[in-house]
Amino acid sequence: MSDFSATSSLLFRDLTLAWHRRSDVLQPLAFAVLVVLLFAITLGGDRARLSAMAAPIIWVTVLLANFLSFDQFFREDAADGTLDQWLSSAVHMSALCFGKALAHWLVYGLSLLLATPVLAMLLSLDVSLLPVLLVSIAMGTFGATQIGLVASALTARLRRGGILLALIVLPLFLPLLIFGSGAVDAVQAGLSARSALLLLAAQTTLLTTLAPLAAAASLRIGSDQPP
Amino acid sequence: MSLFQLEHASCERDAELLFRAVDIDLGEGEWLLLEGANGIGKSTLLRALVGLYPLNARSMNFAGVDVLGDRGPLLAHTRWLGHALAIKRELSVIENLRYALGIAGRVIESDPHALCALVGLTGYEDSPVRTLSAGQKKRVALLPLIASSAKLWLLDEPFANLDTRGITLVHRLLQTHLTRGGSAVIASHGDAQLAAPSHRLTLVSP
Amino acid sequence: MNPLLRWFHSLGSPPTFYRFATRWIPWTGFAALVLGAIGLYFGLFRAPADYLQGESFRIIYLHVPSAWMSLFIYVLMAIYGAIALIWRIKLCEILMMAAAPIGAMFTAVTLITGMLWGKPTWGTYWEWDARMTSELVLLFLYFGVLGLANAYDDLRQGARAAAVLALVGVVNVPIIHFSVQWWNTLHQGESVQIIGKSTIHASMLWPLLLVAAASKFYFLFALLQRARTLLLEQERGKSWARELALGAR
Repeated sequence: MSDFSATSSLLFRDLTLAWHRRSDVLQPLAFAVLVVLLFAITLGGDRARLSAMAAPIIWVTVLLANFLSFDQFFREDAADGTLDQWLSSAVHMSALCFGKALAHWLVYGLSLLLATPVLAMLLSLDVSLLPVLLVSIAMGTFGATQIGLVASALTARLRRGGILLALIVLPLFLPLLIFGSGAVDAVQAGLSARSALLLLAAQTTLLTTLAPLAAAASLRIGSDQPP
Repeated sequence: MSLFQLEHASCERDAELLFRAVDIDLGEGEWLLLEGANGIGKSTLLRALVGLYPLNARSMNFAGVDVLGDRGPLLAHTRWLGHALAIKRELSVIENLRYALGIAGRVIESDPHALCALVGLTGYEDSPVRTLSAGQKKRVALLPLIASSAKLWLLDEPFANLDTRGITLVHRLLQTHLTRGGSAVIASHGDAQLAAPSHRLTLVSP
Repeated sequence: MNPLLRWFHSLGSPPTFYRFATRWIPWTGFAALVLGAIGLYFGLFRAPADYLQGESFRIIYLHVPSAWMSLFIYVLMAIYGAIALIWRIKLCEILMMAAAPIGAMFTAVTLITGMLWGKPTWGTYWEWDARMTSELVLLFLYFGVLGLANAYDDLRQGARAAAVLALVGVVNVPIIHFSVQWWNTLHQGESVQIIGKSTIHASMLWPLLLVAAASKFYFLFALLQRARTLLLEQERGKSWARELALGAR
């Protein structure tokens, strides 16, 4: 049972830390709004054109903003020795990784989800598409966070993540993006979004099952070189 | 009774042996002083014991259980303190303590305020750690040691950053730990102010 | 222990592998050269032109073997990676790292030949066709593995991190392929494939199989060569490597 209490302890710690660093949490949101602004400007601010492209733009923007938050995943815990303390405790690292991803999603994924209606409004997305967009973004960001968990675990002890993290993460985002924006497309075309959403749910479930294990294995790599 | 035994241990770095044929036999209430020149592998040996570095050994036992393959039983009763303090600047002293133990799957077994008093942090319990001095931060890092019931302490340079009073403090904490039947391995190169250890081990390059 | 298992076990020791590699490198290189020359000669000059695609179909003799190898090597890399992580066999880390750039090379060749074929057939170098898109993603998966391995100062740590990523990738490759295909049929429908569903004539097929065999031998040749060099670099502190280097001087 100690794995469960340890995981919830980590969850509370990360939420407390996020509260202390509120301004950091807002940065990906600001980024998302800025990207949407850039799209709106380049597309000439034409509402009809924007509306037609709104859903794919929002999907890509949210995933990129989510990606930007991944750098925070393990880097600090690796640098200040906290990670080594976890690895040298009797708690299963995969349980902690699951808690870590959950906390990260509750902070960044959820805030991006809450910002989605604002982005939709800025791009004049058809209101009837908003429910399916929100459902797909909720699942998609959860899956994306799992990918971020593994990629950040692999780069936690490196001095720089940056472009390398993008190289690892973005190709793996592809199925989430395809099924997620596919669900919105289906509704837009007057079809059922069911199959796309089920595929998205399946991919997210698979990622949530495997990612904590892969991340736990990755965090051990490089533990032989202290920070 | 023997609590921790290590037989014929060695570590390598970049395909070169750091040290070899290290034996440790530590009973309850005993502590071992780990000495040796800089870069000889004192920190590495401690990290290797808790599974953060590959260790070659003939055998490793904790309380009569073989822990060479699976460190689990050892880690459940061991607290390692490395160079990095593993504390968060934004959190208060008590929050740091609670999360450090909580995430290691342990609970605080005595009153956190009394523990803070024990390490001389009275009055700072709820201050964010970023407002404390380097020496005080080191004391915050010592808190999880005395707050849990870990039988074996593995301390890497616990006297760094501490003033004379701080050093006396670490000694007092260690003595209490030993009289309760605990054991410790302490890596240090400044041996001047230390009370007599039960064992000494000097690492030499092969 | 049975003799086969013992032979396999002893191959895991670096000096034995080094000798094994040195012995086989010329043979695999020779086999690749001969099979490739015959296969390409008959494929490019002797096989009849395709009734639909004309002469441009001949690029399959490079494209298809490369495409097979690109996926085959990724899977092989993941297998080596899994063995390296589970049993901590150093040689498998090295084989994995040796295989990665070769796989990336085959993937790049697949993409380039696919584009060259696309121009006369589709009228454009790049069409967002399902197979080509998956292949492009595969190239980035290779880049990720190579980039991660290089980002670590320590060769072994880099190899282990790359092994985890290769395993993550190999789980995702079929999903990515499926999702891209799903997306492709949703948006564009079927496009002309470089090899159709119809059976291929025997006179076109056997040179293809020869080139495919040649590509396997070339892979072995390059793999042994690269693994041998990486092995020597990692074992530079060991006496066998020192003796070898001193003996060569």
